[in-house]
Parts: sequence; structure tokens; C-alpha cells
Amino acid sequence: MSRKELLSKIGLRQDGRRAEELRRIRCKLGVFTQPDGSAYLEQGLTKVLAAVYGPHQVRGGRSKAQHDAAILNCQFSMAVFSTGDRKKRPRGDRKSTEISIHLRQALLAAVKVELYPWSQIDVFVEVLHADGGVFSACVNAATLALIDAGIPLKEYICACTASLANNNVAMVDISNQEEIIGGPVLTVVALPMSAKIVHMEMFQRFHLDHLPKVLNLALQGCKDIKVILDEAVRNHVEDIGSTTGWSNTTTKQ
Amino acid sequence: MLQNIHIRLAENRVNTSLAVNRRVPKIFTPGEIISEQREFMRGHGTYEEDIYLKASVAGVKEQVNKLISIRPLKSRYNGEIGDVVVGRITEVQQKRWKVDTNSRLDSMLLLSSVNLPGGELRRRSAEDEHMMRQYLQEGDLISAEVQNVFSDGSLSLHTRSFKYGKLSQGVMLKVFPSLIKRSKTHFHNLAVGASIILGNNGFVWICPTMSNDEDNVGGFVQNLEEVVNCILALAQSNVMLFDTSILYAYEESLKYNVVELLVPEAMVDVAILTQHRLNLCENS
Repeated sequence: MSRKELLSKIGLRQDGRRAEELRRIRCKLGVFTQPDGSAYLEQGLTKVLAAVYGPHQVRGGRSKAQHDAAILNCQFSMAVFSTGDRKKRPRGDRKSTEISIHLRQALLAAVKVELYPWSQIDVFVEVLHADGGVFSACVNAATLALIDAGIPLKEYICACTASLANNNVAMVDISNQEEIIGGPVLTVVALPMSAKIVHMEMFQRFHLDHLPKVLNLALQGCKDIKVILDEAVRNHVEDIGSTTGWSNTTTKQ
Repeated sequence: MLQNIHIRLAENRVNTSLAVNRRVPKIFTPGEIISEQREFMRGHGTYEEDIYLKASVAGVKEQVNKLISIRPLKSRYNGEIGDVVVGRITEVQQKRWKVDTNSRLDSMLLLSSVNLPGGELRRRSAEDEHMMRQYLQEGDLISAEVQNVFSDGSLSLHTRSFKYGKLSQGVMLKVFPSLIKRSKTHFHNLAVGASIILGNNGFVWICPTMSNDEDNVGGFVQNLEEVVNCILALAQSNVMLFDTSILYAYEESLKYNVVELLVPEAMVDVAILTQHRLNLCENS
């Protein structure tokens, strides 16, 4: 056997999934009490925490404040124990700065920042366990945390990865193992309800002819993820609402 | 001193939810279409796209005539005139203080809307402006009332009543503003010797009740920590905070000592019993 195959002859992947199958997603909103909004998301073995503070007064340097929109400040970091090799990752390194900027761009597409002039919204994401699709898990967790904080969004922002196996079959939600074996990885951040692509990123390459099919699968993945996140949000709102008796709303039962 | 320290795995975490099966109103999530007609006006938490009115936050619909808004279950504090708030001074400026009130912009406390020490009503002179920092400096806690809401959403506060003013000797807790029940009074003196200010902005101030008795000159009150822990337990399980719920929680927590009240099981137990008693009151 020369090298491991991404997709076996019977159409199963290394971890036993089919090509168009997502990993299990589990999520929880409101995991912390200190931030205004928080969320925990597990996508397969990738585990991410997100916390949102704000909108609040701009601290440190009034000059940054904008008169027509809130500042969206994102910070990405990885725990020292999140990958196989234990390594200290200072927050300012190039990779995490780049991911922070991409996260900010992705979120700005849906967060209605124009409602909060002179304010600032902070989004912090921490990767606890990196097992492929780290950026997409971060985007999904950040969306949940923003919803938990009650910050207006145009719609859900979902992210998903896709790859090409055996040079002709598209597959969705790439794990770390598959990244190592060496498939190209396409990360797509989309607004699934209006089917808009917000951000796209690719490592390695494949022929342009394959792009539509890989892209479509990634977009389908985003839509599937949206359904899962939506259900989690509804459960959370029901849970909180029925404990407080919906008393901070005027809707009487 | 030997203490038990509880460290547990995530899988052994206690479920703090008290949700019971009740009828649930329709929940809207961001991007969901509320109405396809143009005849409605858009309120908070909604936006228009094409011909649709869509939700932008997760919550339930509130409709007043033609105005539709979606109220999220949790958000930053949105001030209303007459609210009681607890805040922290962040900045001393010319003729005014800036106060952090958990709102999306810092609130303002004008020199002209405080009662200066000395009491009598008088014009604020330049001398008073120089003395501002002596009266309230950065980091001080105050209780105040919302006097006005500016067009940009920031609040103007006043402390022109003996109820309001600088806070000292007590504990401040931060909970979500949505957990504070709006009521006629937000100042409560509990029978257990603690006074509570339930700020509408989610800041709760707990201090020993001031009394004229000479026997507790030390100002040391045993029950303060228990009250603090009770409020934490209620807040963790999302029980609404008001005088009755806090009193019930305190009564239910008497079987635990202060340290035990920090164990998740005990916190949930207190919250469940409190919720149960509140439901009994509501139904009777």
C-alpha cells in the first residue's frame, strides 16, 4: 500500500463517514456568566469556546471609536494543549492574527454594527482541541455567542470546509487526519439563507473544473450546519424563557 | 485550615436548568421571516429586506398595533427613565462623571444632578468643580436613577435623593440585566440584616442594614455571604430576582453553610426549591 486513501472503494472515509457527511456537531449557549454572550461548540473532535463582550464603551483611545458603526474586535487563540505537539502560542503570532482578521471580516458581513455608534463589540475565541476545520468551528461558535449576547445579526454566519478526494469526489468537513494525508482544503464562510459567500480560503490546489462541485458541497454543509445551530438556539431560548416565565417579555401566556 | 476543594470533569457537570414544560410562544431566530406584508412597522430586533420583515435577534415577538419588535432574552442594559441603577465611576470630567452602568455606552452624571455633601441646595461654583474628585473618584460605586435617555442611547443619571449616592461597605454582584424583575421598589431591607439594591442594569448591591442600635457597631453581618451565594445560585439557574425570591432562597439555604452553597448541587437545590415556592404563591 503506497499511501492512505482519502476515500475507500466503497465510499467510506478514514473515520467511517461518507463523502457528504458532516462530523457530529454539539453546541451549548450561555456557558459563562461573566461575558454578555458565550458558546461552546464541538465539531467532531474540534472544540471551541467563544465569548462576546459588548456592545460597550470604547476603552483605551477614544480615537478608535466610529461615529456610524461599532468597532468589531476579534481575537483568536489556541490553547497550548490544543494540538499534538505542546507548544506555546503567543497571541500575537502571525497565524492567529491572520485568523482573527478573517474572523472579523466574516462576522462583519452579518453583524448589524451600524446600530451601535461609538461602541465596541469584542469577540474572543479559544480553541481547546484542534482537529481540522478550526476556522470554521470558530466562526460557528462566534455566531452562537453573538446570538446569545442579543446582538442583531442579519442571519446566521456558517462556515464549512470541503476537499477533493481521489481527484474527483468532493467531500465535506475535513478532519485533521485528512488534512495530513494531503487533500486540498477549501474553507467557505457563507450566509446560508441568502446563499451568499462571505469568505473563501484554500490550501493546496485542484483543477478549476472541480471547483463548482466542491464549492456546492461546502455550501450545502453550511446550510446543514445552520439547521443544527438554529435548533440549538431555539432550545436555549425555550429553556431560559420557561424558567423566567417569559417575564421580561410582554407576551402573556 | 483544611477545606474540601471540588474539582470535577465536564461530564459530571450539574445541569442548572429548571425549565418545566409549559406552553412556549413562537420563537424567532436571526434571519427568519416575520411577515411578508409591508403594512407593519419594524421595531427593535427586526430589519427589512426586499419585501420581508425579518428578525435579527433570537427571541419572542412583541406587537403593539402595527409595530413589531423582537426582544432578545438577554442583552446589554437598555435604560428607561426612572430605573434604579448601580454603577461604577470610570472618569471624572469637567462638570460631570462618566459611569459604567453595563449599558452600551457609559452613562453621565452631571455635577448639577447630585446632592453635594452639606445638603443644602446651592449653585455649583468653580470650587465645586475642583472638588469633584474628592466627592466621587474613579472606581467608586454609586446608586442612581435614570433621569434622561439621550438620542444616542446613553443615559443621564441623577442622585438627588437621600436614597441614592455613593456606596460603601458592601458587596457588588453582576448578573444579567434580564434577571432583575421590574418592581415598584428596588431597595429592600431583608429581615436577615442585609439591605439590597437590585439595579435594573444587573448590578446588585448588598450591604449590612444600617441601624441605630449600638450593639453591632462593627458593621459585621454574618448573613451577608449567604445572601450573596443565594443570589448567585438563583442567577445561575435563571430565576428572576426580586425581594420574595431572594428571601425564599435564603430560607431554603439555611440547611447549608456558606461554603456548601458554592457546590453546584446545593445551588441547584436552592434554586429548585425557591422556584417551587414561587410557583405555589403564583397559583394560590
